[in-house]
Amino acid sequence: MQLRTFLTTILILTAGAVFADHGDDHKSSDQTQTHQQNGHDHNHDHDTSHDHGEEGHGDAHHDDCGGHHGDTFDPGATAFHHIADANVYSIGPLQIPLPCILYNKESGFDIFMSSKFGFDRLGHGDGHYAYKGYVLDGGTVKLVADANFPKEKVEIKGIRHDEDANAYVCLGDNEYPTYAKSTADFGLFGGGITPFYDFSITKNVVSMFIVFMFCLWLFLKVARAYKDRQGKAPKGVQSLIEPVFLFIQDEVCKPFLGDKYMRYQPFIMSLFFFILGLNLFGQIPFFGGSNVTGNLAFTCVLAIFAFLVTNLSGNKHYWEHIFWMPGVPAWVKTILTPVEVLGVFIKPLTLMLRLFANITAGHMVIIIFVSLIFIFSQNGANAIGGWGTVIPSGLLSLFMMSIELLVAFIQAFVFAILTASYIGAAIEDHHHEEAH
Amino acid sequence: MLLFVLSADFSVIKPDLGLILWTSVFFILFWVLIGKFSFGPIARALKAREDDIQGALDEAKNARDEMANLKAENEKILAEARQERAAIIKEANDIKSTMIKEAKEKAKDEAQRIVTNAKLEIENEKKAALVQVKNEVGAMATEIAEKVLRKQLVTDAEHNTYVNQLVDEIKLN
Repeated sequence: MQLRTFLTTILILTAGAVFADHGDDHKSSDQTQTHQQNGHDHNHDHDTSHDHGEEGHGDAHHDDCGGHHGDTFDPGATAFHHIADANVYSIGPLQIPLPCILYNKESGFDIFMSSKFGFDRLGHGDGHYAYKGYVLDGGTVKLVADANFPKEKVEIKGIRHDEDANAYVCLGDNEYPTYAKSTADFGLFGGGITPFYDFSITKNVVSMFIVFMFCLWLFLKVARAYKDRQGKAPKGVQSLIEPVFLFIQDEVCKPFLGDKYMRYQPFIMSLFFFILGLNLFGQIPFFGGSNVTGNLAFTCVLAIFAFLVTNLSGNKHYWEHIFWMPGVPAWVKTILTPVEVLGVFIKPLTLMLRLFANITAGHMVIIIFVSLIFIFSQNGANAIGGWGTVIPSGLLSLFMMSIELLVAFIQAFVFAILTASYIGAAIEDHHHEEAH
Repeated sequence: MLLFVLSADFSVIKPDLGLILWTSVFFILFWVLIGKFSFGPIARALKAREDDIQGALDEAKNARDEMANLKAENEKILAEARQERAAIIKEANDIKSTMIKEAKEKAKDEAQRIVTNAKLEIENEKKAALVQVKNEVGAMATEIAEKVLRKQLVTDAEHNTYVNQLVDEIKLN
């Protein structure tokens, strides 16, 4: 188990390095693409309207405040956009408004539908209006940071992004900076607490609701079947769920939790089926493709629950093994104790990162494969390149989606089995004479 | 133009407070509602069924064992019966041969006895006959004598001839 944790950590670090490299690639490809498009009309306004100095050489789209779209195609940004949470629900190109529950320190709570932003029904969730000081930027609500910005519904010219992904609202001749919503990464990944909190029913929340309701219906039906058909062989959906249920019970709960498995089984099962349901739901093409299990907020909450259940069930032996490992010399204890204490936090941390990285990577790879068509067609300029890539890209995506189906099960299973092993270690009755 | 160009914001790595709240809500709902009303009952039903099946298997095994015991016992009884039958037959044979032997001996004895009796009888009869013959002879002699006496014999020779004639007559008788 230790070896597996170690390997996973290395995998995550590698994934992180790949992401970092990817960011660099994306910047340089932006530059080359801009070079290819020298003389294009977008390059006019960028030098005049903004004082970016030496940075202003690239990214025609970043200077685009008029609401018309740039001609460059950025697969990285496309991927990031598609895996992100949003205040609109997209089925294919169709954008469905969702309820926004927003809070800022000045005006308190605001609850309204995201249709107030007037985004295109067949678009990418860019609002043409600002409402109560909020704007919709690529499906995500942002708060205008300027107190002079009008609070009523006003039409905006567009939203400009700078190199650091900060968004500026263009209204009249002025540009207003915006706040992104508050995030709990403590500034670690470029987020942090801002004056604006978003508790909206977002795309991910809707996905969770759909999966929750489906599971509720399914499992209550199955439970009723067990009650009604007592002493009979399983039938229908009951026999679909039973092998999976028994697999988790016999391979995860019983081996790790021993006699007390019935107490923790609902928790392990909930983790498994909730993750599995959301993993599979996110795999349905064109139906939102929501990346819930690949969102750090989601995996973070599950990891916190796993942490709480593990440590609140920990018995005397568990804590003794962490703080004062029996059977080793005192000077070794001074090394072991910090390591063990760190381990208590690293275990849920790896749970959180493993699920997040696997699912996000899977979604991104599929989007990148689909993007190959647009890369080879040079975003519509090269029809032969585009049509020529359709079949290889489709095959690659098909292959990747098959793998992702497997990953959906594997990651749900891994999360469940590791949580069960952590809980099992916390409630196990140690026998020191034998163990040491 | 399908895809809109955005600045790269890797937002999924920034845990959104709203999503944290809603995830907690839905996970707790999942855990409490589905865990309590579905996972628990399903696990208990499966456990009950497992126990049922195990019980049925145990019962079948017990029945099978019992059957085997019964069969063994039956065979034992059968073997015993066979043995007994053999013993009985042997005894009967013994008795039969003894009886035949005894009967033979008895018959032999009886025959011996009958023969002996017959011999004795014959002896007695013979004796009785002799006595009777003696009596007859005496009577005849007397009769002859009487007849002689009645006939007036002249001479001695005539007398003797007559007597001899009488004696011959007796012999002829």
